[in-house]
Amino acid sequence: MKKKFPYHIIVFLFPACFIYTIFMIFPLFDTLRISFYTQDLMGSNLDNTTGVRTFTGINNYRILFFDELWSYHFWNALKNNTYFFILHVSIQTPIGLLIAAFLSSKELKFKGTYRTLIFLPAMMSIVIVGYIFNLILSNLWGIPQTLLGAVGLENLYQPWLGLKETALITISLISIWQFVGIPMMLFYAALLNIPDEVLEASKIDGSNGITTFWYIKLPLIMPTVGLMVILTYVGNFNAFDLIFAIRGLYAGPEFSTDLMGTFFYRTFFGFQHQLGNPTMGATVASATFGIILIGVLLYLFAFQKRITRYQY
Amino acid sequence: MRKFISITLISISSIFLFNTAYAGKLVIESWRNDDADAWNNAIIPAFNAKYPDIEVIFQTTIPVQYAGSMNAKLEGGTAGDLITCIPFDQSLKLFNRGWLDSLNSLGGLDNYPQVAKDAWSTDDGSDLFCVPMASVSHGFMYNKEIFAELGLSIPKTESEFFATLDKIKDDGNYTPLAIGTADTWATAIMGWQNVGPNYWAGEKGRKAIITGDEKFTDQHYVDLLTSLQRWSNYMADGYQTQTYPDSQNLFTLGMAAIYPTGSWEIFTFSQNADFEFSAFPPYTQDGQADCYIDDHTDIGIGLNSASTNKEEAKIFLEWLTSAEFAEIFANEVPGFFPLHTHSINVNDPVAKEFISWKDTCDTTIRNSSHIVGRGEPNLDGVIYEVVSSVINGTMTPEEGAAKTEASLANWYEPHQ
Repeated sequence: MKKKFPYHIIVFLFPACFIYTIFMIFPLFDTLRISFYTQDLMGSNLDNTTGVRTFTGINNYRILFFDELWSYHFWNALKNNTYFFILHVSIQTPIGLLIAAFLSSKELKFKGTYRTLIFLPAMMSIVIVGYIFNLILSNLWGIPQTLLGAVGLENLYQPWLGLKETALITISLISIWQFVGIPMMLFYAALLNIPDEVLEASKIDGSNGITTFWYIKLPLIMPTVGLMVILTYVGNFNAFDLIFAIRGLYAGPEFSTDLMGTFFYRTFFGFQHQLGNPTMGATVASATFGIILIGVLLYLFAFQKRITRYQY
Repeated sequence: MRKFISITLISISSIFLFNTAYAGKLVIESWRNDDADAWNNAIIPAFNAKYPDIEVIFQTTIPVQYAGSMNAKLEGGTAGDLITCIPFDQSLKLFNRGWLDSLNSLGGLDNYPQVAKDAWSTDDGSDLFCVPMASVSHGFMYNKEIFAELGLSIPKTESEFFATLDKIKDDGNYTPLAIGTADTWATAIMGWQNVGPNYWAGEKGRKAIITGDEKFTDQHYVDLLTSLQRWSNYMADGYQTQTYPDSQNLFTLGMAAIYPTGSWEIFTFSQNADFEFSAFPPYTQDGQADCYIDDHTDIGIGLNSASTNKEEAKIFLEWLTSAEFAEIFANEVPGFFPLHTHSINVNDPVAKEFISWKDTCDTTIRNSSHIVGRGEPNLDGVIYEVVSSVINGTMTPEEGAAKTEASLANWYEPHQ
């Protein structure tokens, strides 16, 4: 008997595929398409034909990478974003891992309370976090002056959010503080998954807490660490909201906190006197997409394929 | 089941009915969030007293987002019926793209002087696309109680101004100058556009920039930036992170003596400050005979070409040209001076003070607005960045002047 074609599979897959195509795949390819066009923004003619886009090939990319007006902002945003990412990976991941290691230890009391408290900021609205930190670090109503003054160090106070040299680090640290709960949760879950037999065996072989962590636990959760790094990478290169909430779209002072996300938003939607430019915006978005794609591919082939996975 | 279907049908059709019931609804798009009460409680009720069938809604977007979001809304066809107009090139772009209607045929346009109409006309003057509403002036507000306590008198020249600031600083109890550099637009508008006209001789200098006879690298622009850089000595510690609302609060809480600002602040300050305050005009350079006041044609209102209620909108716009509106507006929103030729009584004392300067000083408008404001990079945006960086000390006045000139020369032929 000939087997009946499994139509029900198509029926079940259809809604998800349809929605994903309409809202994700189509916009992605349309963005790439628009980035090859240009459009007159100054409105020099009166017949409202200025919305018409003309095909210019890769000219937009040439402007973005090499034209002085645009390339400065592009490379600046890319540099800042890379720095933003490096700070996250080198500070947030180890701290998340450390907290998770503490939380997974058997002797610790009030685990649930700590877990909730540390995860709480990640659930807060970024607008609120931005507003609160703007107030906390304000030169007029802020608290570092008082806190530092209490131990006689008031001279150490600087308007960190307002200085070119420190603004990006400050904002990175705020973001790290807010989202440290997410790597913590992932690492915590991975650590709990390690079977007790393995840990008991290592104990019998004479391993202490620190060596168990370095030689048993860490290698076993390495896939999760890798996953966390790539999630941070994608998240950081799409970051926009915290900068927007704290410094606005000119990403001041002097664009020192400009990320790919804020650069894109300013280009596409416009800000203050700068009018939105849909085609250049699509170019910036495509460039960002390319950067994220390269990073993810590097991770896939250089890291994930080589990593050892252990079956318990 | 049948009952369920009929209920559903009724509720769906009622949604459509509800939407069409307000055919005479007008939505005004504005960036003036601070004026929402005045519009909702005084201006719109006064209009409805005459035209009860037209419902008017005053809808605001935060100022820094306004131009960009209005552009997107007009392009997407979701903007309100009436669009509050930024003066000069920003709104001209909207008109040139066919998003605003020409208002040449509107009645009541004779109630405005030509200078008011210039802000919203095409370069050849053939089309007017926004009804002029109000102008704002620049100056310095000061806390009268602090001035009395420290025995200070009102400074007129640059050296008197800094001498006054020195006295306040020596006393140590108050921040001499309430301004920060975190919101670059505020710093530039309240610094550069405030005292600037005294450096570039008002209209003469503004026009010389347009014709290319003067450059931003000329000595008087460097002098202006040098003078602004000196302000940093008198700002609150850590002014680099002080935002515009921070500065407003610093002054209205009575913690600062002088606040460089504009007349639009009168309205909110008279509600928030519990001390007496007044204003003095921008300081002049030492030895300068004339004085110049920036009296910027700031707000107009235009008609969205895609509006479905154009008849009602035109009735509303015509009403805006009347003496009735001018009088209500001038007194409900003190500090915004109606551009109408009607003679109007202004009751607010600080607003009166601002108006009185126009008797002795020549007026001008912001030098970055007309013609030179239409290129890329946007001149206003560059001035914002330059002024803030110069005050922050990360750019010298000479570098700032050179950067401003270079950005204009990038696209503007008379400067190439």
